[in-house]
Amino acid sequence: MIKVAETPLMGRRALLTSGAVGLAGLLSGCDALSRNQTFQNILSSAEDANFLVHRALGDRMQLASEYSIADLSPKFRPNGTRNPGTPDYTASAAQGFSDWQLRLTGLFAKPQNFSLPALQSMPQRTQITRHDCVEGWSAIGQWTGVPLKLLLDQAQLLRSARFLVFHCADRLGGRPYYESIDLLDAFHPQTILAHRLNGEALPIENGAPLRLRVERQLGYKHAKYVTGIEAVASLDNIGGGKGGYWEDVANYEWYAGV
Amino acid sequence: MYSDMTKGQKHRFVRHRLTTRLWHWVNALCLLVLLMSGLMIFNAHPRLYWGEYGANDDYAWAAVGSSQTMGYVRLGETRIETTGFIGNWRDSNGKVQTWAFPGWATIPSYYSLAEGRRWHFFFAWIFSIGLTLFMIASLLNRHVQQDLHIRRPEWHPSRIWADIRNHFRLRFHEPDSINIYNILQKFSYSGVIFILLPLMIFTGLAMSPAMDANWPWLTDIFGGRQSARSIHFIGMFLMVLFFIVHMALLLLSGPFKQTWGMITGGEREAGPE
Repeated sequence: MIKVAETPLMGRRALLTSGAVGLAGLLSGCDALSRNQTFQNILSSAEDANFLVHRALGDRMQLASEYSIADLSPKFRPNGTRNPGTPDYTASAAQGFSDWQLRLTGLFAKPQNFSLPALQSMPQRTQITRHDCVEGWSAIGQWTGVPLKLLLDQAQLLRSARFLVFHCADRLGGRPYYESIDLLDAFHPQTILAHRLNGEALPIENGAPLRLRVERQLGYKHAKYVTGIEAVASLDNIGGGKGGYWEDVANYEWYAGV
Repeated sequence: MYSDMTKGQKHRFVRHRLTTRLWHWVNALCLLVLLMSGLMIFNAHPRLYWGEYGANDDYAWAAVGSSQTMGYVRLGETRIETTGFIGNWRDSNGKVQTWAFPGWATIPSYYSLAEGRRWHFFFAWIFSIGLTLFMIASLLNRHVQQDLHIRRPEWHPSRIWADIRNHFRLRFHEPDSINIYNILQKFSYSGVIFILLPLMIFTGLAMSPAMDANWPWLTDIFGGRQSARSIHFIGMFLMVLFFIVHMALLLLSGPFKQTWGMITGGEREAGPE
């Protein structure tokens, strides 16, 4: 009788032990795989799949949801750089950024600079949208700015251009912040260079005087303190080649729609 | 004639169909990776909110607190100290870490939101495709209709109560039944396959800003993006509970026979006479 009871008990113990050993093996195995470039590339194929499916679903110019004043977050959480703090930036901030220049360079027929007052005198768009950080939090804010399309038309974007690179005044860990988007997002009606948040001049901690809004992607794509827009055919020779600061430094996805 | 009959009988007496077995193991791997990489993603912002928005200045209904000396989980106004496990734990080098979930529970074991997301989204695809194929196959081979379908008399409270009592007596199968699942099994398997797992997929999709532009109704169904994130987390918790009960019943009902059955097909306890 005892023997009959013992057999399954041993079996259970063996099963539990092998389960624990298996889990430990899986854990160290996962870390090794995480550091393996080939395996990283396989995992990254999900990013391509997400991108293709998102672009295939519905209208490519589909607007992100817009909200009402009643939906605003009581405080719009700043993240990343809170103040670039460079001498140039501090001097410009002291005079309300009236001397701020946005430089359009690269593949434009008419590369040109826009001053902040010039941008503010152009047609504006105001939108109340939800900002989703890659970390998981969300904040709803009201943004006012000039549609990027107007600047691209005025500077006459060349047909050879495929991406827009946004150069920024802030540095993180000694490297300049930058981001990039493709032309579909660039010409999207909600893609604006915002200079106002919740009806007031954009605060420094949120990216004054100019911040990109690219509403169908995560927060790190929304470059702050924008000083220049460079039209390029390829991202290979920009920064670390992956299309953005976080993409270069920490392997975040270039397509941040998830 | 003879070979046809044996073939037919053999088919009838296999407990788990090939599609069920294939999906079971692929799904088990996916859920394990999704759980552990999901905990890594949670570590980037260990706070949960209700509604559309939610960040550090907003009220979180659940949050992990951490410092160099202690860790705790706050649920509403209730604080539960979790030092050594959540919010304050030692890594394999003995160094105190203040991330929410400990390294042994996350993929990768070191903090990397970007890598956690890579694992999560890749296995989310395998998981979603696998679940869809399994559902289609199970309708076609009548696994759903024959084994999972809860028949009218089985909804009767007296039958359910009898099955609960049978479980406490460790009787998991009525000797004269041709069903491979008892009533509680049907409820839990159907609930997981048709409610909980799809809920995980849709709350996951609802957190994507691009999907929200494509399908604005998706976040609305869940009451906002942060609500979807909270429900995603609660769903994860329910999946872990399911797994614990699943393992407990496996151990009580003959772990080797059951596991071997889920690999090779196994035999039905009783066939129709």
